[in-house]
Amino acid sequence: MIGGQDLGGMMGFGRIAAEANEPLFHAEWERRAFAITLAAGALSRWSIDQSRHAREARPPAEYLASNYYELWLKGLEKLLLENGLVTAEEIAAGRSLAAPKPVGRVLKAEHVAAALAKGSRADRPLAKPARFGAGDSVRTKALYTTGHTRLPRYAFGKLGRIEAVRGGFVLPDSAAAGQGEAPEWLYTVRFAGRELWGEAADENLAVSIDAWESYLEPA
Amino acid sequence: MHDHDDHEHDHGADEEMALRVKALESLLVEKGYVDTAALNALIDTYETKVGPRNGAKVVAKAWAEPDFLAWLRRDATAAIASLGFTGRQGEHMVAVENTPETHNLVVCTLCSCYPWPVLGLPPAWYKSPPYRSRAVRDPRGVLAEFGVELPEGVAVRVWDSTAEIRYLVVPMRPPGTEGWPAERLERLVTRDSMIGAGLPLGAEALGA
Repeated sequence: MIGGQDLGGMMGFGRIAAEANEPLFHAEWERRAFAITLAAGALSRWSIDQSRHAREARPPAEYLASNYYELWLKGLEKLLLENGLVTAEEIAAGRSLAAPKPVGRVLKAEHVAAALAKGSRADRPLAKPARFGAGDSVRTKALYTTGHTRLPRYAFGKLGRIEAVRGGFVLPDSAAAGQGEAPEWLYTVRFAGRELWGEAADENLAVSIDAWESYLEPA
Repeated sequence: MHDHDDHEHDHGADEEMALRVKALESLLVEKGYVDTAALNALIDTYETKVGPRNGAKVVAKAWAEPDFLAWLRRDATAAIASLGFTGRQGEHMVAVENTPETHNLVVCTLCSCYPWPVLGLPPAWYKSPPYRSRAVRDPRGVLAEFGVELPEGVAVRVWDSTAEIRYLVVPMRPPGTEGWPAERLERLVTRDSMIGAGLPLGAEALGA
């Protein structure tokens, strides 16, 4: 979806405010929001793609006005509600009003290091051969979907070249919709700056995205 | 425009978020969905254990050892794992090298994808609309704000992290560091230089 998250190429945000000696978190609540998001994610009730979609699927004005971890918290509340793990009344009350749902394994402190070190791979074996190879010319589609996609709008309908074939990867568009992993070949696609930003753009600029096979057409 | 009123408003919003997060944490703990000690361990991991010094070790080793650089080019995930840096948000690593011809810059225009095992959690500017909007369209302008002026003719290559591949920039080794051991080189590698938003420190930074 083209929401507040799809920022590449937008204008008017001004200068980058880099902060010297920046703390990792700017408030105690950011620390806690970060941690409960990761710990609740470890229940494996939703995928990373569902998490991303839960954060971005809100009015753009609200997205852009929100603190980063505020978006995380709102996304987490949404996922907990959608999965029936808590009710809106419980969120409002800040306490449990009904028996918990059975959730299987809960992340314990002694397993944190191992769980983080293991991570969660997104690559999947594919039986089907890759449609494109390095050097092939491709054109991206224009994916005007209200669902989740990882094709940014600045790269809609653009001519590029396959730079690398990365392997089979979970398709976010499907996984975020709860429709399964539907893995596809993933490619790094390189575009000339002028293809993306017009004739006035820097001729010495190239930009790449990582794009799934269904985002691309031969060109 | 950022006057006193704005500040008051921000403070109020912060209080509100603090209450809201506290309420949700209490609820999740009471339900037994999350464990308080695990929450503390998660925070402690990124505040004290995992950060850009990890990435600096990778870069310094690549500068000092041609075999390691070759491995990093071939299979960055495995090469980086050999130093003990693995897992969440670094499951699929790719290293991109700066050269006299090309400067690399990494961004995630759609959210905040960042290679956690080697760089830790991203700084606020990396997640902010100004960086995410401009890095792909006006990277030279972005670099100038970070104090980086590239020589004429150097191409800029931007990597938008739209999938689960995470990119680590290997900056160019500073001149005057010939023969330095990896442990010393490591001290020249800054976080921003591994995003491409900065350059490593010069040899003179260590009194060389």
